[in-house]
Amino acid sequence: MTANGLIQIALFSAIVLLVTRPLGGYMTRVFNGDYVFLTPILRPIEMLFYKLAGVDEKDDQHWLRYGGAMLMFSVAGFALLYAILRLQGYLPFNPQGFGAVEPMLAFNTAISFVTNTNWQNYGGETTLSYFTQMAGLTVHNFVSAATGIALAMAFIRGFSRASAKGLGNFWVDLTRCSLYVLLPVSIVVGLFFIWQGMPQTLGAYVNATTIEGAHQTIAVGPVASQEVIKMFGTNGGGFFNANSTHPFENPNAITNLVQMVLIFAIGAALTNVFGRMVKNEWQGWALFGTMSVLFLVGALIAYHFEAAGNPNITALGVDQAASALQAGGNMEGKDVRFGIANSALFATVTTDASCGAVNAWHDSFTPLAGLVPLVNMELGEIIFGGVGSGLYGMLLFAIVAVFIAGLMVGRTPEYVGKKIEGYDVKMTALAIIILPFSILGFTALASSLPFGVSSIANAGPHGFSEILYGFSSTTANNGSAFGGLTGNTPFYNITLGLAMAIGRFGMIVPMLAVAGSLGRKKLVASSVGTFPTDSGLFVAILTAVILIVGGLTFFPALSLGPIVEHFSMIHGTLY
Amino acid sequence: MSLAHNPMASEPSSHRIKTSSLFRGDLVRQAIVDSLVKLSPRTLVKNPVMFVVEIVAALTTILLVRDLAAGAHVGFTVQIVFWLWFTVIFANFAEALAEGRGKAQADALRRTRSEAVAKLLQKNGSYEIVPAAELKVGDVVLVEVNDLIPSDGEVIDGVASVDESAITGESAPVIRESGGDRSAVTGGTRVLSDQIKVRITAAQGSTFLDRMIHLVEGAERQKTPNEIALNILLVGLTIIFLFATVTIPSFVSYAGGAVSVTVLVALFVTLIPTTIGALLSAIGIAGMDRLVKFNVLAMSGRAVEAAGDVDTLLLDKTGTITLGNRVASEFVTMPGVSDHELADAAQLSSLSDETPEGRSIVVLAKEKYGLRGRELANLHAKFIPFSAQTRMSGIDIDDHQIRKGAADSILKFVTSNVPNAIVPREFQQIVDKIARAGGTPLAVSKDGAILGVIHLKDIVKGGIRERFAALRRMGIRTIMITGDNPLTAAAIAAESGVDDFLAQATPEDKLRLIREEQAKGKLVAMCGDGTNDAPALAQADVGVAMQTGTQAAREAGNMIDLDSDPTKLIEIVAIGKQLLMTRGTLTTFSIANDVAKYFAIIPAMFAVFYPQLGVLNIMHLATPQSAILSAIIFNALIIIALIPLALRGVQYTPRSAASFLIRNLVIYGAGGVIVPFVGIKLIDVIITTIGLV
Amino acid sequence: MLKDIRPAIVLLALFTLLLGLAYPLGMTRVAGALFPHQAEGSLIEKNGIVIGSEIIGQTFTGEKYFHGRPSATTGTDDKGNSIALPNNAANSMGSNLGPTNKALIERIKNEVEKLKAENPNAAIPVDMVTTSASGFDPDITPAAALFQMPRVAKARNLDPAKVEALINQFTKPRTLGIIGEPAVNVLKLNMALDSEAVK
Repeated sequence: MTANGLIQIALFSAIVLLVTRPLGGYMTRVFNGDYVFLTPILRPIEMLFYKLAGVDEKDDQHWLRYGGAMLMFSVAGFALLYAILRLQGYLPFNPQGFGAVEPMLAFNTAISFVTNTNWQNYGGETTLSYFTQMAGLTVHNFVSAATGIALAMAFIRGFSRASAKGLGNFWVDLTRCSLYVLLPVSIVVGLFFIWQGMPQTLGAYVNATTIEGAHQTIAVGPVASQEVIKMFGTNGGGFFNANSTHPFENPNAITNLVQMVLIFAIGAALTNVFGRMVKNEWQGWALFGTMSVLFLVGALIAYHFEAAGNPNITALGVDQAASALQAGGNMEGKDVRFGIANSALFATVTTDASCGAVNAWHDSFTPLAGLVPLVNMELGEIIFGGVGSGLYGMLLFAIVAVFIAGLMVGRTPEYVGKKIEGYDVKMTALAIIILPFSILGFTALASSLPFGVSSIANAGPHGFSEILYGFSSTTANNGSAFGGLTGNTPFYNITLGLAMAIGRFGMIVPMLAVAGSLGRKKLVASSVGTFPTDSGLFVAILTAVILIVGGLTFFPALSLGPIVEHFSMIHGTLY
Repeated sequence: MSLAHNPMASEPSSHRIKTSSLFRGDLVRQAIVDSLVKLSPRTLVKNPVMFVVEIVAALTTILLVRDLAAGAHVGFTVQIVFWLWFTVIFANFAEALAEGRGKAQADALRRTRSEAVAKLLQKNGSYEIVPAAELKVGDVVLVEVNDLIPSDGEVIDGVASVDESAITGESAPVIRESGGDRSAVTGGTRVLSDQIKVRITAAQGSTFLDRMIHLVEGAERQKTPNEIALNILLVGLTIIFLFATVTIPSFVSYAGGAVSVTVLVALFVTLIPTTIGALLSAIGIAGMDRLVKFNVLAMSGRAVEAAGDVDTLLLDKTGTITLGNRVASEFVTMPGVSDHELADAAQLSSLSDETPEGRSIVVLAKEKYGLRGRELANLHAKFIPFSAQTRMSGIDIDDHQIRKGAADSILKFVTSNVPNAIVPREFQQIVDKIARAGGTPLAVSKDGAILGVIHLKDIVKGGIRERFAALRRMGIRTIMITGDNPLTAAAIAAESGVDDFLAQATPEDKLRLIREEQAKGKLVAMCGDGTNDAPALAQADVGVAMQTGTQAAREAGNMIDLDSDPTKLIEIVAIGKQLLMTRGTLTTFSIANDVAKYFAIIPAMFAVFYPQLGVLNIMHLATPQSAILSAIIFNALIIIALIPLALRGVQYTPRSAASFLIRNLVIYGAGGVIVPFVGIKLIDVIITTIGLV
Repeated sequence: MLKDIRPAIVLLALFTLLLGLAYPLGMTRVAGALFPHQAEGSLIEKNGIVIGSEIIGQTFTGEKYFHGRPSATTGTDDKGNSIALPNNAANSMGSNLGPTNKALIERIKNEVEKLKAENPNAAIPVDMVTTSASGFDPDITPAAALFQMPRVAKARNLDPAKVEALINQFTKPRTLGIIGEPAVNVLKLNMALDSEAVK
């Protein structure tokens, strides 16, 4: 680790901190329907959408209807995206003349984008037409993100409202989020990205003749418009196969920094929205603090082990020491412009949030650096997290933490003025159980079946890590991969697709049930006798509960993957 | 008695059963037997975590038998199976021990019930003797001297002194009479004098005595809402750890290794929250038991938990904040009246006044002015008793009319009787001044002239200020309820340190105040005894009815204080909090334990085929087998070790939530992480030394 | 529930029109006007022929050129079989080899041997033997450039100091001195070398 590396991590953290409050304030106003500076421009479009869709803005939806609307929208989105993937041969903007996407792959990709996972079993530049990228993937990059944020707003309303039947209106939340939050930022930052070197063209791939006279085909396309929302909506599905490692998706260190900030921005801002809505911003900062602690610990661990490099490579006489002339460390699967610090940081950020974009190959990380993304996902993407899903995931853990530790102050558990009772605990437990059920269950299945094991690219414990990573990533709706795993097989297309659906909807339904239950309750007054959930102490408790309840479950699996591999690597045991 | 360590319970209660220790020999013996009886799956299924342990214990036993039949080497498996069963038995033991403490009391109460007979009144006025068990609601029975009152009811005729010690433990008899606030009688109590007619209000099986037996016995104990919720969480954790363990064989097969069912079971049982699962119901029973020992009956578990949540305490001034009786502290004369003259008139007017206030006036006159008590009979005087209409009392003696009473009554009396009466300007000032100071002004007149004012003072109980301060630290607001005027109330409120007061309170005011507080999201506790308190008692989240109160009040409240001591509200809150805290700390401890258990079992399980993982054996446990065995032994023994804590409750002193939290986190959170590391290592050393593995 | 079917379908259609067509096509239009060079892929033309993109690495094998980093990209041969095709900018990918993979260590061992032969005295910078993430990393570290400097200078018959000066000139430092890592764009450096050689 170098001083510069640590400064870069600190700089990134500081920017996220600075973005949180202004964006949180803006989003609060948007979702409350208050006037914002874009209202004069966007309000007419918003009204037109409601009119055409037959949406009554004032219609307050019960949690079941809110969830039903969300499911219906997701099903419609899935169907349309599947159709586009299958029919892309007949659709415009297809200069490379790509034909239909295979049914299994189309199924997997459609689920992947509808669930905000964006797991890439497809290779963007070798499979998908520009039409598919724009009208298919880009649209879902927006709306699956907006869906997640809408759900988080519904959950927040469960806390902020008292004795209320409804949680808001899904269609209104979806529309406002897309129009007022996602689209404006995408336009502005998208243009910045183009300026920095990201292509935005409908032209065919470029045929170049290299200096040495060889032929090089350079894939291009409408990259920037998708790239920005891929990050801002924590989607992560790349325009190209290589995702944000590709110089066209991530041309330089500045775009890299902006991309990381985009990944965290909404997740961080939502903690502030939560604080504002429950009328105590410190409640939001406590969640922000917990997320920050877990993020920083992960980033430093990943950075440390990547910087330390691979002793088996050192043994061959390769220089992995950091110096003024090189970043050193484990450079396999990394690009020079990002080096070690920014690759480790990006890996942590992208898996803290359920983004899944990568600027280096996690599969080639040293074992314990690779463990960081794994754990981040297995905790359920709650460290800033997927847009929306990060907040509601964290709030579910907060409910568990309050329930366990809250009793210790001699009161029945309450969180931001809501009593946590049997029904809430049941639904919260159900939501949290989803993670080990899907991750460990599918991993057990795949690691004991021949066509599960045959997809791995690395033998030994690392191969096991690849499988574990795949199901962790899909269940947590992250989408990044230990890319060596060949996911485009019938077995994996189906199981990974199921894991994505289970991870997304299996969590959302009980979460909404909790929101509905909380919304119906009255608000309990707080006093010095109330369990303090807006303090550093709560940050410590919440962190401990997340690690013990959420993390320890995966300890056996992690022992057999990255942990044993780490000791193998040190001892020079190769597979 | 169990609250002896509780600093809030500083005032002695009249009724404390003294038991020597938690582990009294007879109770322990009974509990051991019960813990085996409780192994029945039908009983155990109510405790899901322990039920799961029993299932896996049974499963492992079957495997053991199979291995034995196959002639395999089973020394290790036998020990694991042994400790698995002990884990369940220890949990049962905790519960049985908690229950045992109430059972003795229940048996005594049951005897009272079984011997009762009733004199059922017939239409013709005669009675027929029937067993109490045959009484129906609405029957009218005659209860004479030395009869047991056969069931709960209401006195409809007569007045009697009743010994209620069977229920309350209080030996002094109480008066029960028809009409008013003292009409309720309880089945199982005994009439000491006179006779009464009682209309039965409770069917057999649902009488107060029955409910009390149920409560102390804990037999059909309903789980409280928070306990149910916690159980759900524990089930959730159990399922999570089930996934964590059942998937291991697949992972291991990928690595080319194998892991035995016994070891998996050991890992599973140590990971699931057995500690809190084992002690949860004991904690609940012990909490109720603490209330019972404190002579408070909670009609529902919900009420006990609500007590912990209380934000606002409504306290009656008299008897709770101030001593029940006001005391004369000063005689203030009008201009031209000598001290002696006023003292003399005051004394005369109070000679026949047997109220404590009246007596205190005589005492003051004697102590301050040397006026000796006079023999009433020698005075040839006519006493005028206090009446609600005139609101004064006095004496007619030697053509003099001496009166004392409320300032306005005396004023009215003087001006109406003597048309040209002189009312000094100072009178109203003095009256106001006394009221402002929290006192009660009592005017004294003699023959149409106002002589002066007696200052009756409310005496605020010693130490009450500190207790309110303690409550404030815990975030609980106290509101004093009084019939006094606002001036007086404000003065007493200031003196006692209460946060707020409701003066000239009517029952409607009380009800409205409770609703207002609840609308602000606060939980309210109050106590009351009169029929007109019933709506407020029912509205309050914690309504403590006095045992001496009316049937209506007793039915409206969700707790009954057998000592009829309104001060207890404060202790009830403490008991509720202590119950919840005990639950929370042991849950935290239980979950924090998992860290060490992973570090004991994971390396033991995997190092066979991945020797590199030996480094995770940070406790340096001797062998894989000793590591697993140590973990499972620790897991079982910790239950026994924590039984005293579960039954006594965690140490409790009033302080803020944040300071509770830090203390409990350090002890039970950090302790919960560290203790098993030490414990497992110790057990490993011991079992290795004695050669168990 | 049924009344939410219409919004589901209509809003999806509206979003597809707005976010899937209007937004990217509008961005393309604006980009073409504001940043035409970048929007097309930062292409470099020489004598009217596109020789590559500034920010996409290409393969250099000649002695007189600085070489880029190892690449794990593949392409297909005439028969449709997958073959190694380094710096294939139409099929981005990394090696995905794990740190304890024998194949990784074996591959690096081979690279090391080749590089040792080229410059036996210098330590081998790690980026010279590890595959890039994208498969066409446009950059190498200054260390890797300096490592290759003697070979290039010798092949071009140039003063090593002059080559080193060129390397320094084409070393892009960290932005604001903090962000990113110092990097040398191989294509630009080689083009500069070529123009230097012409002089």
